[in-house]
Amino acid sequence: MTKHTLSVLVENKPGVLARIAGLFSRRGFNIDSLAVGPTESPDVSRMTIVVSVDESPLEQVTKQLNKLVEVIKIVELDPSASISRELLLVKVRADAETRGQVIDAVQLFKAKVIDVATDALTIQVTGNVDKLTDFLRVLEPFGVREIVQSGMVAIGRGSRSISERNLRPVAVPAPPPAV
Amino acid sequence: MSEQGETGAQVTGAQSLIKSLESAGVENIFGIPGGAILPAYDPLFDSKIRHILVRHEQGAGHAAQGYAAATGKVGVCMATSGPGATNLVTPIADAHMDSLPMVAVTGQVGAAQIGTDAFQEADIRGITMPITKHNFLVTDPAQIPQTVAEAFHIASTGRPGPVLVDVAKSALQAMTTFRWPTELNLPGYRPVTRPHSKQIREASKLILEARRPVLYVGGGVIRSRAAKELRVLAESTGMPVVTTLMARGAFPDSHVQHLGMPGMHGTVAAVAGLQKSDLIISLGARFDDRVTGNLDSFAPGAKVIHADIDPAEIGKNRFADVPIVGDAREVIADLIIALNAEAEKGNRGDYEAWVAFLAGIKKQYPLAYDTPPNGALSPQYVLERLGHIAGPEAIYCAGVGQHQMWAAHFVGYENPNTWINSGGLGTMGFSVPAAMGAKVGMPDSTVWSIDGDGCFQMTNQELATCAINDIPIKVAIINNESLGMVRQWQTLFYNERYSNTDLHSKRIPDFVKLADAYGCVGLACESPDEVDATIEKAMSINDQPVVVDFRVHRDAMVWPMVAAGTSNDEIKYARDLAPQFDEDDL
Repeated sequence: MTKHTLSVLVENKPGVLARIAGLFSRRGFNIDSLAVGPTESPDVSRMTIVVSVDESPLEQVTKQLNKLVEVIKIVELDPSASISRELLLVKVRADAETRGQVIDAVQLFKAKVIDVATDALTIQVTGNVDKLTDFLRVLEPFGVREIVQSGMVAIGRGSRSISERNLRPVAVPAPPPAV
Repeated sequence: MSEQGETGAQVTGAQSLIKSLESAGVENIFGIPGGAILPAYDPLFDSKIRHILVRHEQGAGHAAQGYAAATGKVGVCMATSGPGATNLVTPIADAHMDSLPMVAVTGQVGAAQIGTDAFQEADIRGITMPITKHNFLVTDPAQIPQTVAEAFHIASTGRPGPVLVDVAKSALQAMTTFRWPTELNLPGYRPVTRPHSKQIREASKLILEARRPVLYVGGGVIRSRAAKELRVLAESTGMPVVTTLMARGAFPDSHVQHLGMPGMHGTVAAVAGLQKSDLIISLGARFDDRVTGNLDSFAPGAKVIHADIDPAEIGKNRFADVPIVGDAREVIADLIIALNAEAEKGNRGDYEAWVAFLAGIKKQYPLAYDTPPNGALSPQYVLERLGHIAGPEAIYCAGVGQHQMWAAHFVGYENPNTWINSGGLGTMGFSVPAAMGAKVGMPDSTVWSIDGDGCFQMTNQELATCAINDIPIKVAIINNESLGMVRQWQTLFYNERYSNTDLHSKRIPDFVKLADAYGCVGLACESPDEVDATIEKAMSINDQPVVVDFRVHRDAMVWPMVAAGTSNDEIKYARDLAPQFDEDDL
């Protein structure tokens, strides 16, 4: 199985997250990571969904997603032609003795200390999965007390946008005739 | 309704809902009122829409399905919040599996009470998310017309399906303006109906190259009203045809090219027609497990042209060499044009040996049944006679089980929309309310419910609805006093240990008395020589529903049969009798 990153544009309506989560669950697909947020259009939200599936089930999950009325568009982002980021907040043990070493690591990873206590630092770091994993490995010896991590967000490289406006209304059809 | 409503005067949300349903073209609603939906029932009282008060919401849902299946129009059912809505769950799931256009309108507790575990509150939108094509919760009365318009559009276009509209009581009671929308706001809903011309060319090429092609016809051909086009395609090419359980009637049973129904209980010819084929042309079918049996050994030598309006069906179970997304009628029409153009250039498929091979199988292994001992009544004989006497213009609605399979095989269908059953979900109890809905939609047609004694006891309360509302359906109970299909499996796979399948229905209840109690005519028939007279008697009564208790031999089994999960090559023509295919003929 390989990881695939799907960017899904959905109508910004209540219940749409439940529909998508429910679809993955009942069709037997696992979501590795999911992030939802607003887009440049107030009617549209964007989900970045990371799934581990083979090629043929991926096609099925994409088609099933497309059937949801509130799903406007689905694009699979090619890792080589896109940029992905996650946000990690980590609380690590750091007293007067070890604080300097922890801050060295923070600087090496271009992370940021966002809260200081006498015996701990809270650090913010962004990056792709590999960077965050490496950073956590470096912090581990000091004692990681708590971590919280966002889902992945991703965007294609270059000037093209996937969120072209596609909100043309359709005319109301006449009631269907009898057979 | 007042003329002012159209121009945007103040009305209640309830009035707006009823005016919206009228504007959507609704003529009949099956339902039951209750607290949360009550405001809507007040303007409904004055509406030109006919509301049929059923006895159980499940009956309302199946009636809406039967109505939709018989007419092609959207079936509508209505219920209150909580238990009213949850009672619709089975018919909604059924409509979803069998792609029937249906709109279910439910009342919901007031918007301020949603999420508080209020009296008769159930999150029916959440509950029905996996079993609807789409669903809505309306709390803003101004959204009612737009939502209703979108619901009917979604239910009836693309691959049809059920749509639920849940309306909060507070929205029904509030004042609003009614304005029927001129535009739908569905940016994510664009069903493709026109097939791609390149795919049609590819398909034509495969059809001409094939030596053993078969038209695998599914329910999509019925839903898209493509029976005429299918006949032209079949006759102009000479390709054999199989019609799935959902497609019975899409191609005449009497037609020489028709091999019958494929699948677990398919005819030997239809199963062989798929299994030995080198090209399956799937039209609005979905390679269901009841058709393919073990998928890995299904039609191993066949390439597949898969045409469906739902792209997600294509390649879901079986790889498609030529996928075609489109409406079955348009796909078939385009294939006819493409193949006719080839024929004019002298390119025609050569299927002679294949057609002869299948004709041999069809002759050697026709649909048949054993006559039971001691003059007992055989269920297959009853259905054969019923089909003969009621004829191919009548509509037949079946429940689920042995009687359904016998009805699929032995009635004989010549016309689309005359065979209505619960195929995908397999809902026992479907038949009587579905027949009621079909009769409401097609009042001039004879409508027979063909039901088992088990099924019949799940939903027969709708006989009261039929009797009171002048819906004279006819019910043939194939009474083998057991859950017959389950019993058949116990016979074959559980050493004849009949655990909990004996219903004693020849003793309790007395179906003739029960029919009488419901204001219907009750008849009983126990011997083969009474069958014709009993059916003719039932056919002569048109001012009342009729219930016939056909007391049949209980050990009759459905043959042919492919045991669940095994290969279609393992088909048994009768118990311990496997057909011999002489493939040297191919």
